[in-house]
Amino acid sequence: MDTFFQWISYIIDNSGLSMLRGARNTLIISFVATILGCLIGFVIGIVQTIPTNKNDHAIKKFLLRLIRVALGVYVEVFRGTPMMAQAFFIFFGSALLFNINMSMWFAAFFIVSINTGAYMSETVRGGILSIDPGQTEGAKAIGMTHYQTMTSVILPQALRNIMPQISNNLIINIKDTCVLSSIGIVELMYASRGAAGANYRYFETFTLTMIMYLAMTLFFSRLLRVIEKKMEGELNYDLATHDTLAHTSGMYNYPMKEGKR
Amino acid sequence: MSENILEIRHLVKNFGGNEVLKDINFNVKKGDVICVIGASGSGKSTLLRCINMLETVSGGQILFHGENIVSGKLSVAAYRKKVGMVFQNFNLFYNMSALKNCMVGLRRVLKIDKLNARRIAINYLHKVGMAPFINARPRQLSGGQQQRVAIARALSMEPEILLFDEPTSALDPQMVGEVLAVMRTLAMEGLTMVIVTHEMAFARDVSSRVVFMHDGVICEEGLPKQIFNDPQKQVTKDFLARFMRG
Ligand SMILES: Nc1ncnc2c1ncn2[C@@H]1O[C@H](COP(=O)(O)OP(=O)(O)OP(=O)(O)O)[C@@H](O)[C@H]1O
Ligand SMILES: [Mg+2]
Repeated sequence: MDTFFQWISYIIDNSGLSMLRGARNTLIISFVATILGCLIGFVIGIVQTIPTNKNDHAIKKFLLRLIRVALGVYVEVFRGTPMMAQAFFIFFGSALLFNINMSMWFAAFFIVSINTGAYMSETVRGGILSIDPGQTEGAKAIGMTHYQTMTSVILPQALRNIMPQISNNLIINIKDTCVLSSIGIVELMYASRGAAGANYRYFETFTLTMIMYLAMTLFFSRLLRVIEKKMEGELNYDLATHDTLAHTSGMYNYPMKEGKR
Repeated sequence: MSENILEIRHLVKNFGGNEVLKDINFNVKKGDVICVIGASGSGKSTLLRCINMLETVSGGQILFHGENIVSGKLSVAAYRKKVGMVFQNFNLFYNMSALKNCMVGLRRVLKIDKLNARRIAINYLHKVGMAPFINARPRQLSGGQQQRVAIARALSMEPEILLFDEPTSALDPQMVGEVLAVMRTLAMEGLTMVIVTHEMAFARDVSSRVVFMHDGVICEEGLPKQIFNDPQKQVTKDFLARFMRG
């Protein structure tokens, strides 16, 4: 047992910094890609839920249908294939077919974002559809357009409802960016393999790797839960008994009930 | 003061093969308080939803100050600024406080600046007796309180007509009174209203005209005392008899 801890401290001394750098890259990639993926997901989810009616222009209807089919294909392809295969396919395909040499970082962000986007678009669509139609009708009844209804009423509620899935996606991305090591992205998995190979100590190195991954996922799942709680808003409200406006504009006096506090 | 704000002409609404509204005709003048009564399924809600264009109309015309809004140039959103609606289930925005619920239409639809929007919203919240609750979220309020905020939200837009679809039927009995009291005040102040309701006493006291619907048509229409004391049609008599007995 002594030797186990000796090896651990040996690895920390010799490869700790490179592993930490790898962990930092893992975090940067999964963070940026989760945000970009959510943006993609929101755009697609919003497009997929644009209402059409009989009176719409034929061209608008046709374009909308075309876009929806294309987006549907995108979602199915990226949800239905492993990210590692996608990574090879995109990284080498873009070089071969389009003569684009993606930088490592660009490839990393691109692959993970587009993958997250495919998952998030379904989540967002579901989140939008799950909002009570009465909310939309209430908004329409005061003359709001579809755009105003979405931005003021539907999306804020949908965002709150899908926060747990967004957190979940970030956690999954922290873990799944490890497949990027196979196209040479220096994230935690790549750095760990390097460290393990250099010292010929696989068990000890990957013990450290496990701890580092777990620390990251635990930290962020806790943090995001706190944020979710914040978004749920205050449990109580203050009675506005001292609001000057509320009391100087008095024209009517209804019997007021005691408010719940 | 005899100009019609709203004229409904030969309005028809089908759901698939089901003809729910069949040739509806009636007018709303400024200051009218029209109560629409009738059995469940007679098409009262559908009528209100057609008037507010929440349902696509299958046939006929809806004229707003003489302009046909079913196929006219006036955009639906622009028309709805002038025609408010209060729903059975309140439909307050859950992501906003009572105050924000009343301000959002002023800010985003009417583009009124924040201070004035706040002033207008608070004024109407005060009118419905909800000024102390401006910071509360809809889920923190009772049904009667929510409905009063919903009325304030509609009033804040200062519409020419306000439509009510059974505003008290989702409420516990002890909360019905507080909402009806607000509506009585609005009627006395001359707000033009079309109210679908099962509150017969309210309809009799407050309305300037009562419309009785049966099976998708307006079966009988007149002054409240005509409809309630001396109905002409047998279906109206049957409906009222059933209702008065409870
Ligand atoms: N979206 C819909 N699709 C199909 N049928 C509908 C739809 N909405 C209403 N109907 C039908 O239209 C008829 C009239 O419904 P409506 O809701 O207007 O009645 P109502 O007079 O408001 O009844 P209540 O007093 O119960 O509210 C009913 O037979 C109902 O089944
Ligand atoms: Mg109804």
